[in-house]
Amino acid sequence: MAMLLGKKVGMTQVYDELGKLVPVTVIQAGPCVVMQVKTAETDGYNAVQVGFDEVKPLRRKNPQIGHAQKADTTAKKFVKEMRLPDDAEQQHKVGDSITVSVFAENEFVDVIGTSKGKGFAGVMKRHGFSGFPASHGTERKHRAPGSISSFASDAGHGGGPKRGKKMAGHMGNRRVTTKNHKLVAIDEEKNLLVVKGPVPGPAGGYCIVRSAKKAGVEQKA
Amino acid sequence: MKTEMLDAVESKSLKKKIPHFEIGDIVDVHCLIKEGDKERKQVFTGTVIARKGRGINETFTVRRIVNNEGVERIFPLHSPNVLDIRPVRSGKARRAKLYFLRERTGKAVKLAHRHSGHTISK
Repeated sequence: MAMLLGKKVGMTQVYDELGKLVPVTVIQAGPCVVMQVKTAETDGYNAVQVGFDEVKPLRRKNPQIGHAQKADTTAKKFVKEMRLPDDAEQQHKVGDSITVSVFAENEFVDVIGTSKGKGFAGVMKRHGFSGFPASHGTERKHRAPGSISSFASDAGHGGGPKRGKKMAGHMGNRRVTTKNHKLVAIDEEKNLLVVKGPVPGPAGGYCIVRSAKKAGVEQKA
Repeated sequence: MKTEMLDAVESKSLKKKIPHFEIGDIVDVHCLIKEGDKERKQVFTGTVIARKGRGINETFTVRRIVNNEGVERIFPLHSPNVLDIRPVRSGKARRAKLYFLRERTGKAVKLAHRHSGHTISK
């Protein structure tokens, strides 16, 4: 189980060995610094805290700068924890650097990012409802959700919409995981990971790359 | 910085050397056809009527007349399945896209010959 923090660079295409054009996302990943090592004895669980991306010290608060100094490094912009199994031996030491070499080519990875915010979106955009006809007498409700409940929809408890009813609301800007991206290429010199298919978030957005949790079928892209 | 990193990834898929050919040229395009496990080479001959796109997305369009029917094929310039592009005859073209050839039939589809150094005689 390997994990790395990164930044989405953008998308492009490459040819694979069969001569097929493959859509890929380029992620600038690592080098990540181990900021803190948590063990079952001291913290109750095993984990490694890693940091990525330089930031001006004046943009961080003093506790964060002090925390980073313990690892003999500077405060980082993006800090996350990698949980390890409780019985696992700690291989990382504070101050260690983790690079893209933790992954191998043709391996499968999951990418976790924050999706692009779409603002307050209606049901057609947010949940794929079909809406109403454009004409044939339809007035002022072309993109409306339709009926959301009836008095009898929750029999015995009075009327009202059921819990979890799909409605309009804020869309995007939430944590999204895309699974089983094939690692098409790794550039150790430039710290780049090239994964097949699109990953959540805008170019320049932060993301977490980890080994695929469920080794499954390759994601269609 | 962003394009720099994208270019670094893209550049590995780009061909090092692209044969020189121009719009209006009659070219032989040698392409690799894969049928199951078998591979064979096919040559498509025709007039280059367009070249568009940049970097890995660059393509060119070749038009020819087969059985009185116009046939156009769009080749990705950097595809490994496009083995070779050989210009055999140079044609006089005054614009970058020769879409007007689609309206023409018979002898009119031929472009005036232009003497150019980059073509190879058969």
